[in-house]
Amino acid sequence: MRMPLAIAISVASLLAALPARAGTERTISIATEGASPPWDGTDSDGKLYGYDVDVGLELCYRIKIKCTFVAQDWDGIIPALLVGKYDVIMSGMAITEKRKQQIAFSSPYASGYNQFVVRKELGLDAGDTKEKVNLSRVGDSEKATIERLRSTLSGKAIGVLRSSNSEAVVKQLLGDVVTIRSYDSLDNLKLDLTAGRVDGGLADYFTWRDFLEAPGGSVAVFFGPELNGGLWGPGVGAGMRKDDSELLTKFNAALDAATKDGTIKALSLKWFKTDISPALPK
Amino acid sequence: MNFGLMFDALRVLPSGIGLTLTLTVLSLTAGFLLSVPLAFARAFGRPSVSYAVLAYTYVIRGTPMLVQLFLLYYGLSQIDAVRASVFWVILKDPLWCALFTFSLNSAAHTTEILCRGLQSVPTGIIEAAKALGLKRLQIARLVTFPIAFRISLPAYGNEVVGMIKGSSLASTVTLLELTGMARQMVSATFAPYEVFIVAGAIYLALTTLAVKATQFLERRLSNENTPKQRRKARLRPTLPDHEITTLVP
Amino acid sequence: MGGFAAQFAAAFMVTVGLALVSGFLGTLFGLLLAISKGTPAGRFRSVVTAYTTVVRGVPELLIILLIYFGGTTFASKIAGRYVEVNAFTAGVIALTVVFSGYATEVFRGAIAAVPAGQIEAAKSLGLNSWRRWLFIVGPQMLRLALPAYGNLWISLFKDTALVSVVGLTDIMRVAYVGAGSLRAPLTFYLAASSFYLSLTTITLLSIRLAERRYPAFSR
Repeated sequence: MRMPLAIAISVASLLAALPARAGTERTISIATEGASPPWDGTDSDGKLYGYDVDVGLELCYRIKIKCTFVAQDWDGIIPALLVGKYDVIMSGMAITEKRKQQIAFSSPYASGYNQFVVRKELGLDAGDTKEKVNLSRVGDSEKATIERLRSTLSGKAIGVLRSSNSEAVVKQLLGDVVTIRSYDSLDNLKLDLTAGRVDGGLADYFTWRDFLEAPGGSVAVFFGPELNGGLWGPGVGAGMRKDDSELLTKFNAALDAATKDGTIKALSLKWFKTDISPALPK
Repeated sequence: MNFGLMFDALRVLPSGIGLTLTLTVLSLTAGFLLSVPLAFARAFGRPSVSYAVLAYTYVIRGTPMLVQLFLLYYGLSQIDAVRASVFWVILKDPLWCALFTFSLNSAAHTTEILCRGLQSVPTGIIEAAKALGLKRLQIARLVTFPIAFRISLPAYGNEVVGMIKGSSLASTVTLLELTGMARQMVSATFAPYEVFIVAGAIYLALTTLAVKATQFLERRLSNENTPKQRRKARLRPTLPDHEITTLVP
Repeated sequence: MGGFAAQFAAAFMVTVGLALVSGFLGTLFGLLLAISKGTPAGRFRSVVTAYTTVVRGVPELLIILLIYFGGTTFASKIAGRYVEVNAFTAGVIALTVVFSGYATEVFRGAIAAVPAGQIEAAKSLGLNSWRRWLFIVGPQMLRLALPAYGNLWISLFKDTALVSVVGLTDIMRVAYVGAGSLRAPLTFYLAASSFYLSLTTITLLSIRLAERRYPAFSR
């Protein structure tokens, strides 16, 4: 695994720069939820880590700008950006039309996908968990898959992250047949899944994968197809205020360079053990 | 400030009032029923009993209700024995968890409020009741408690207001009461300011109603006026400077 | 757990700092408002009454959310440039507002409870209004207010936990993050409870001590 030197340097420069922030260049702060590893998590020292953090520091290093990461609960993450609590959101946030009405997005820095998990003891037929369904292109076979999801999950309690796209998707596809429970953080949803207060949940695939491998996660299994497109949009991007176009341009340029030289791919492999870096522009 | 959004909020949020009131009324009722025997035990019981009750009220009143709720909701569900027990049927449901936490809280507060009321009942009255040949339970039911309740009413009014406000914590365990509805609406509109102001106004209306209701009850039960004056007092507007003593732990 | 011990230690200081600053400011504003409520200026009096009614009738959680999200916009508009209202500042402002709302009523009640004869006696001795406040009303009022005032401090320490929802790394926040990331809610919330209980116990003992040292004059 290649650990780019750039990150180590940027972390070091970040720490060195902290006491002397009075420099002429702008210092920006980046918000992340810190409760959805491997995208972003919080370690036992209270430090934020994960793919979002590494990509963010890498981009800041390339732009030659000082960056700090701050934690912010998910359901306030866009309002707080809008009022200026921080300058950028990097928190596994999907680029969607609805969010684009409020904030600007960089080009994608990952193309994730989502999946249901359900508690094992329910004994539900998971179907083909490797099937890929793009909700932007729903044909006959996709319709059949969704219909099967609806009938199997009917009457179950499904947990989601409050104000996430998964919440919107569950509402759209299953809202009339399941009970939706919205949580402050995915960590709390996982606790309740382990405890059995919810029968299943919908969220990012990689978050679930880490969870299912952990001790408390043995109670649940993946269920149904890998989902993307639709309300999830083209991928995961960094969110900024719309009037901050200078920063957006710089971010996009740095992201483009980091994607082309394989840095983003390396970080993806480091955190997700698979390549979900955005497709290179042809 | 977006007034259109505030109108939307005014249309959407009232659907959460039902749950807010359910949580408040049920918790207050359970808390009150629980607190009456506890208050007697705390005021007149043997020292060991009195201290046991004090320990309960002390711990509950000394820790934030949010911590208690999370401890009960997330903490207890971590223990396998709890999940295997019959209590899980109740603890599994976030509504019951919230009700349970709120009731325990309300009981602790009300116990201390009533206890102080019981202790300030003049001993002469109790002695007079004894002299009339009333039994202990009769004295408690007919003499001590009614007087103590009247003394405690202003402080209990604060407990009612506190419970209405405290029920907003239920939103942290996925319940969609008033605050839960507001937070959900914020997540859809990204407009915290407008939505929370409307939510605050609704709470203010609810708590004002509660304050007026207790003031009305106070005047009804007040024995300083003749029945005729009391009837008149009902029609008079409420006193603007009516004293509200603070939440008494 | 090791890292979390250090985090809890830092968070403990944040909680204590938040409570002390808000309690101090809240007492100051509460005193000012209570005294001004006793003055004849009728319009100001109804403004103060409206303030205390609103503050005490709206959940603390909502006040904190409002000030955190709305405070930055509001302050920036007034100052004409970006003003940062971080979680700690928002917490201090919100808790000061809450504390002063309740403290105003406590102090006002205590002022009203000072026997009118005392003030008349002071007047007849030729004391001016400043001296009447400083030597006659003030000391008696503070003693009368002490028990209810102490309760406000206990509520304040408990209310600090609510500031964790806007991301302030206080005791509650560390417990919340730790409970989630280590999947050990029981341990973390029990630890948080004991921290809060120790803080409220210290507060209660200090108030009892003060009450014994400065008992209210018997009427």
